[in-house]
Amino acid sequence: MIKVEHLYKSFDDKEVLKDINATFRDGEVNLIIGQSGSGKTVLMKNIVGLLTPTKGSIYYDNRDFVSLSKREKILLRREMGMIFQSAALFDSMSVLDNVMFPLDMFSYDAYEDRKKRALECLARVNLQGAENKFPGEISGGMQKRVAIARAIVLQPKYLFCDEPNSGLDPKTSIVIDELIAGITHEDKITTIVNTHDMNSVMGIGENITFICEGKAEWQGNNKEIMDATNKKLEDFIFASDILRQAKELHDQQQRMNRN
Amino acid sequence: MLFINHLNAIKVLSIKSGLTHLGKYVMLMGRVLSQPDRWRMFLKQYVTEMYQLGYNSIGIVLIISFFIGAVICLQIKLNIQSPWMPRMVVGYTTREIMLLEFSSSIMCLILAGKVGSNIASEIGTMRITQQIDALDIMGVNSANYLILPKIVGLMTIMPILVTLSVAAGILGAYATSLLGTTTVPELTEGFRYQFNQWFFWCGMIKAVVYAFIITSVSAYKGYTVEGGSVEVGKSSTDAVVTSSILVLFSDIFLTNMLT
Ligand SMILES: Nc1ncnc2c1ncn2[C@@H]1O[C@H](COP(=O)(O)OP(=O)(O)OP(=O)(O)O)[C@@H](O)[C@H]1O
Ligand SMILES: [Mg+2]
Repeated sequence: MIKVEHLYKSFDDKEVLKDINATFRDGEVNLIIGQSGSGKTVLMKNIVGLLTPTKGSIYYDNRDFVSLSKREKILLRREMGMIFQSAALFDSMSVLDNVMFPLDMFSYDAYEDRKKRALECLARVNLQGAENKFPGEISGGMQKRVAIARAIVLQPKYLFCDEPNSGLDPKTSIVIDELIAGITHEDKITTIVNTHDMNSVMGIGENITFICEGKAEWQGNNKEIMDATNKKLEDFIFASDILRQAKELHDQQQRMNRN
Repeated sequence: MLFINHLNAIKVLSIKSGLTHLGKYVMLMGRVLSQPDRWRMFLKQYVTEMYQLGYNSIGIVLIISFFIGAVICLQIKLNIQSPWMPRMVVGYTTREIMLLEFSSSIMCLILAGKVGSNIASEIGTMRITQQIDALDIMGVNSANYLILPKIVGLMTIMPILVTLSVAAGILGAYATSLLGTTTVPELTEGFRYQFNQWFFWCGMIKAVVYAFIITSVSAYKGYTVEGGSVEVGKSSTDAVVTSSILVLFSDIFLTNMLT
């Protein structure tokens, strides 16, 4: 479980995060949603330690991340996997070398075992046969899948995904979402996903934190979100006509059920 | 009056920013100059870097040194030709210039352009595409993993490049005998005249120091890039300018100290 308490972050005099409180549960897909520029990426970077919070605490299963020593932080990081908005694959290495990299760095297994493990992970994201290609030669969706394989190769306890389906078509987005959800449930990982894609929210949102202008406005799951009464959340979610109509249908149904 | 105030302000600012850079550079070097996470990975990178930075520069070093050797020889012949001057002076002077200044300092200055921009743009691109963040998240010491092999690699190969440069310069000088301006025995006598082995070692020491300056300064410029492709381009120019100036400065100190 990851817990964020009274987290503040400002750049110079610009306050981006204001008093964020949130809990991210084990074995569930925890979503952080919010408009572009609301501070999702900044929040995630604070949680993983790429940025240092101005104020506040972050607990990884009761280990206070901010006050850990440098050495302890590095050890904790080996329990994390992260998928960046831009995939961030090492472009000088082949797909297989990318996935094997964490193993090469931290595992003492023989080469054959490491390779076997990497190929297993590539198979898990349906990328058999692409291991000798380079990141520049594969599509964006495939790059994201390689990034997932690289993030899970060391069997992390915590998985972070910053907009895993930005720039992908709706169908591929769903494939990626389901991959992430499947891995999370099978391996009991604490997964945090940043997104503003409503398909993801409705599809895999088991624990959703809504951020608006740097404040955590609402927390709940994808069933509760339909009935949420928070004005800012409604404005964000039901921005499109289709979703507004879905909401109306949903409300009608609720009323009928009550009568 | 206002103008002077303005000037002072600029001076204070530039001293301040210079000191900030120095501080950041020293801190980065603290992270770079530590024990690698995995020696196996370090050695792999080390060999790659020696090939990329060193082996790929052999061509340019040989060509430039050959022609400069020839031109120095011709110029000296033209300028000091007189009946009182022993004929071997041409060879002697050419040797001293190549050994003491050209092959060590000027050659490194030329390589600062090639190697420095290469390093800064490579690391800078890794920074803006979040590849460095990806390394950090894995718990890898990214500065050490990326920069140390480059520094050690070029420090290993630079003395070899300098030796090759001296050799090519001498060959170039011999080639002028084909034009009939000098003769081979004359030149050979000059090349052998009062040879001081220490001067050769001076060149080697300079080469190693310059290799450190070029790689570490360029890596610093690349590693601290913020922004996009424009900033990467700027950092690569900055890297060349700064490392060239530092090479020239240290040339004065080293020449003063060593001879
Ligand atoms: N390094 C930084 N320095 C200054 N301001 C920053 C920095 N990083 C982010 N910000 C600011 O913080 C705010 C939140 O940015 P953030 O990247 O977290 O948005 P986001 O919610 O991830 O948006 P998107 O959905 O577009 O990715 C923005 O206004 C941005 O300008
Ligand atoms: Mg973002």
